[in-house]
Amino acid sequence: MAGDQTVVWIAPEKSLEILTWLKDDPAQQYDMMSDVTGVDYGSGRPIEVVYQMFSTVHKRALRLRCRLPLEALEIDSVAGLWHSANWLEREVYDLFGVTFKGHPDLRRILMPFDYAEGHPLRKDFPLRGRFSRAEQTRRALAQDVERFYGSQELAHGGPPQQVPARTEPEAEG
Amino acid sequence: MAERTIEVSVGRNPEMGVDGFPAASPMRPFDVPEPRLDTEEMLINIGPQHPATHGVLRLICELDGETVMSVTPDIGYLHSSFEKLGEYRTWNQIVPLTDRMDYLAPLIYNCAYVMAVEKLMGIEVTERCKVVRVICMELDRIFGHLLWLGTTAIDVGAFTPFLYAFQQRERIYTLHEALTGARITTSATRVGGMMADLPEGWVNELLDFLNTFPDTLHEIDSLLTRNQIHIGRTQGVGAIGAADAINYGLTGPNLRAAGVDYDVRKDRPYYDYETYDFDVPIGEHGDCYDRYLCRMEEMRQSVQILHQAIARLPGGPINVQDPNISLPSKTECMSDMESMIHHFKLITDGIPAPEGDCYMAIEGSKGELGMYVVAEEGSTKPVRWRIRPPSFVNLSTIAKLAEGHLVSDLIMINASLDIVLGEIDR
Repeated sequence: MAGDQTVVWIAPEKSLEILTWLKDDPAQQYDMMSDVTGVDYGSGRPIEVVYQMFSTVHKRALRLRCRLPLEALEIDSVAGLWHSANWLEREVYDLFGVTFKGHPDLRRILMPFDYAEGHPLRKDFPLRGRFSRAEQTRRALAQDVERFYGSQELAHGGPPQQVPARTEPEAEG
Repeated sequence: MAERTIEVSVGRNPEMGVDGFPAASPMRPFDVPEPRLDTEEMLINIGPQHPATHGVLRLICELDGETVMSVTPDIGYLHSSFEKLGEYRTWNQIVPLTDRMDYLAPLIYNCAYVMAVEKLMGIEVTERCKVVRVICMELDRIFGHLLWLGTTAIDVGAFTPFLYAFQQRERIYTLHEALTGARITTSATRVGGMMADLPEGWVNELLDFLNTFPDTLHEIDSLLTRNQIHIGRTQGVGAIGAADAINYGLTGPNLRAAGVDYDVRKDRPYYDYETYDFDVPIGEHGDCYDRYLCRMEEMRQSVQILHQAIARLPGGPINVQDPNISLPSKTECMSDMESMIHHFKLITDGIPAPEGDCYMAIEGSKGELGMYVVAEEGSTKPVRWRIRPPSFVNLSTIAKLAEGHLVSDLIMINASLDIVLGEIDR
């Protein structure tokens, strides 16, 4: 307990089991997953995944913290238990590089889907980005326009078709 | 806990109008049998530059005729990396970042951030400061809801409420300007207090606003609440059940419209909200119309809270009297050696925080706004500063809400969620 806030540390390999119990047990019933986020302390220390939960039945809040070593940034996804965790876990994946196992749609969400510079909220990520401004401009100019469309859009349209060459109307007279 | 009621109850018999008479021109597009035509699935893109998306939001819609089969929101166009920027700034330097997130209700964000930092550091602000912050937050709840009201009414074709609402917003802008010197980027709070005390005469100007604003609200109410076109466009559109709403993480008026009794001000009270007398409106159907009713009632309740806050506004200092937290006055700084040293230390180093983490949730205008700060021993900058964005979580439900509705209803559903992209993308 820290002040009026209840904090529980959990082991990553047990996380899904514990979270399922917290959601379903009649004495707990944490039915709202308010927030999922990450914390990077830098200098090689483990990255934390933090869950903020609330029970609308018992009107109480709970915070779960879970340490993930840098060499195994993996934890079970809880998007199947709470739909709200879907986007929140995507954000942690995007900004910290934590892989959520079993997530239905683990893509980048805030950064562009083809972002090549890594995970911005990690402490080893420089504030102005990994690439210089010149490199960023060069990459932007060299981009294939097709890649601006998401994979879902391209899949929907089927394989790209050859656009017929434009024929100039013959000048009259 | 005060009794929670919702005043307006409009008949829901589709054959009848609101007064029990047959409706003159009900909007019932679903009852017309559709002619059998060959249809083709189509993928269209709404936004990112489109006024109906209420910001730089892109919606990729898969359509069957005019029916939405699936929606995929694409966000991140406004990503400014505020959370990363915050890790390079001292506690007080972060305040200007907070009002750039929700520029529709900036004072709520200013207050929420410093409340989290004060909780982390164990600072108890003065009684006057608490009441002034309650005034700021409730004023900006009206401010945020008015923008929602005006723009949403436009989306369903009603132009007049927009003008009425923005006229009132302009008056709140003037109040902002008198209080902080800025209309939108207020940056009004500091750790341990406010940037400045209320200027002379400000409370009277606020009272003047509070005395005339309910009349305008009533006019808007009479234009929309029993309007057949508005009812036809909102009732039964984008409905969500209570259990689903909780599971999808909806908060604020969106959750309460679905019939869930959860308001942070009542359930996790802060700043003596339990001593204010106000009701929390609860909806029943969870559709766009109930969200509209909940927000209208919330504005009226905010006016009540503001009246009570003004009545109890105590005197005394607004900042905590601790030279290690609050800046000394300019005169003291220039005449007293010790004050000058404190000033120098505060500006160059900042306020040292104890080791720990702290999550502070408050009821923003869009929903539960959480601020999570993590600090190491003695650090004057956060190790991590996280905003629990209410709009971000609310927007993630749009795929579920819009499925099976028409494209024009998708616009209404998107508007009814009351999103602000500055905060979604951060």
